[in-house]
Amino acid sequence: MSHILVAEGVSKKFGTHTALSNISLEIPKNCIYGLLGPNGAGKTTLIRIINQISFPDTGKVFFDGELLAPHHIAAIGYLPEERGLYKSMKVGEQALYLAQLKGLSKTEAKKRLKFWFEKFEIGDWWNKKIQELSKGMAQKIQFIVTVLHDPKLLIFDEPFSGFDPINANKIKDEILSLKEKGTSIIFSTHRMESVEELCEYITLLHESEKLLDGKLSDIKKAYKNNVFKIGLQTEGNIESLLQDLNEAFEITHSEFNTDEKQFDFTVKLPSDDTSIILKKLAALGNINHFNETIPSANDIFIQTVNSKNA
Amino acid sequence: MSKLKLIIKREYLAKVRNKSFVIMTFLSPILMVGMIVLIAFLTKVNDSEKRTIAVLNESDYFSNEFNASASVSYIKYKDLDLETAKDSTLSMGLYGLLYIPKEESLEKVSNGAFLYTKDNPVSYILERLERVFENRLRQDRLQKIGVSSEDFASIEKNFDIRTATFKGEENVKGLNMMKAFVGGAFGYLIMMFIIIYGGFVMRSVIEEKTSRIIEVIISSVKPFQLMLGKIIGTSLAGLTQFAIWIFSASLLLIVALLVLDIDLGVMASNPALTSNPMMNMPTPQESEMEFWAKEFFNLPLLLLLVSFIIYFILGYLIYSSIYAAIGAAVDNETDTQQFIFPIILPLMLAIYVGFFSVFSNPHGPIAVGFSLFPLTSPIVMLMRLPGGIGEGGVPLWQLVTSIVFLIITFLGIVWLAAKIYRVGILMYGKKTTYRELFKWLKY
Repeated sequence: MSHILVAEGVSKKFGTHTALSNISLEIPKNCIYGLLGPNGAGKTTLIRIINQISFPDTGKVFFDGELLAPHHIAAIGYLPEERGLYKSMKVGEQALYLAQLKGLSKTEAKKRLKFWFEKFEIGDWWNKKIQELSKGMAQKIQFIVTVLHDPKLLIFDEPFSGFDPINANKIKDEILSLKEKGTSIIFSTHRMESVEELCEYITLLHESEKLLDGKLSDIKKAYKNNVFKIGLQTEGNIESLLQDLNEAFEITHSEFNTDEKQFDFTVKLPSDDTSIILKKLAALGNINHFNETIPSANDIFIQTVNSKNA
Repeated sequence: MSKLKLIIKREYLAKVRNKSFVIMTFLSPILMVGMIVLIAFLTKVNDSEKRTIAVLNESDYFSNEFNASASVSYIKYKDLDLETAKDSTLSMGLYGLLYIPKEESLEKVSNGAFLYTKDNPVSYILERLERVFENRLRQDRLQKIGVSSEDFASIEKNFDIRTATFKGEENVKGLNMMKAFVGGAFGYLIMMFIIIYGGFVMRSVIEEKTSRIIEVIISSVKPFQLMLGKIIGTSLAGLTQFAIWIFSASLLLIVALLVLDIDLGVMASNPALTSNPMMNMPTPQESEMEFWAKEFFNLPLLLLLVSFIIYFILGYLIYSSIYAAIGAAVDNETDTQQFIFPIILPLMLAIYVGFFSVFSNPHGPIAVGFSLFPLTSPIVMLMRLPGGIGEGGVPLWQLVTSIVFLIITFLGIVWLAAKIYRVGILMYGKKTTYRELFKWLKY
């Protein structure tokens, strides 16, 4: 079985409001899977269904090949977007409690907590109360508690909110190393920068529906529009050159630096065949850069949502 | 350890380690005992204030009737006129002046007597003086019709009618009062427990919501487990508190009374503090303590205890799950008011019905109705039960029906509350209305 989680036609309504309509997903094992969408798209509802906090009206969810059942809770780790800790409880006690709720024995939980506390250099926090810690510090504890029971599937809902850039990077590294160890990860966000860096697969939800899903690189390929950014060093007459190019190709943007004889421009080609333009340019001067502009996840996100709304 | 146990343990520890809880637990008995001791002390001080009355007796009567007691003493003036007597009473700072004029008969002397004081005289002085006159007058009148005082005393004896049930058991007097007291205490205890600890459950739910830990927890346990664990953990903390209160209060009370040498009997015999003068009083050969102890053991104690436990647990679970649902439905405590009032209402009603209707007529239609209605039965039925079951007490069918209703309601309410709780804990930042709550039931 190569999928950690499969959803088949999952729908959920709250009164008259539809939160999810007929969502089907396949989340491969040992990858980072991005669950994307604007606020209110249904991401949290879907995650809550996976965590068995709420249940679908119709449709089925399979975890590691089995129909989702209560005992799977111990194999899932969940860091919710709305997260917090008991303010007046001591850090260590609280972490132990949450770990035991996930099914770890007290001694095992203690051993693992020690390891993680040392790793994050927070060993001296054990007897502090949460209200004495900063938000970022509390977030670290939450992260540790989420991963402590070695879940097969980790679900992070906006994991970087509340972290400063340094600690956000630390957490990102931890997420990547967890993936290296074989954990499957669902990563829910509406921040696209982190998606580019982390996710291999994505699903885009919008207003309770799935707009697209698949491997991020495939999606990008599908969304690329044969636009290239080209730099050319040339001695020739720039005006006639531009006219010449304009007749053959669709130039969207151009810029000429007279001192350095540098001509930069953006061109949209009819297909992904670059041989014609390259041949032509090679005769005109020295090509010093030639880049295909690949749409960012953000572009795809906005483009798909807009075309759906239009 | 099972998850439910873990939750109960955490809720219990979180509660009993809470500073305000600890302070409440240990301060309340001190305050309570302090209050009782203070009242007893003040009563004692009040009683021990000795007042002196000057007596200007111009008549031939009352030469030795005015004898000093613990609270009053007398100074006898001789050969003074009334004005001088008044002046010297004032200048000596005495409490008052009793003037008895010279007349030919006792009746006229008595009618001509005057008590001068600065303000209205305190009642016990007035009573005491009046009694002196009354006794003297009575003696005089008896003499006139030729009856000796001894004969009169033998006539003037109280009579108590003896009562019994049809089964022939002799009723012990004062049982009604004991029943009312024990029933009222149980009912009141249940109400207080529900209001105090139900409120704790609610606040604990709100805390989990506002601190946003709730979603982390319910990704590990079922919301119902969390709710149940919370209710049980909080009530165990409540029972601990109650036990500490009762134990330490009685200990403190004993110590305080021994140290300060205060007799609670002072309070008990104070006419202002004992409730009902119409009540049957103990027969003289028993001491008061023995009498009440006997009354107490005449109650159906086992029945009371068992039914107290049943009604207490079911009643508390019903109400605290409603409290939990309210906590889940709101974002902060200020929003709870609109939901809390409807809960307090039946509790208050039960207490009032109990005090005004059940004590006077424990098996009347109102008492029966409210002891069957599940939201009031835990309190009202317990007030009726000291009368026993069966003949002369609560009919068995009523007890059974009441408990069955209570269990059905318990299941229904817990189910509803759990539904509201399950939806509510994940709703942030919304002001909840009754309409909204109703919608949640269908999610």
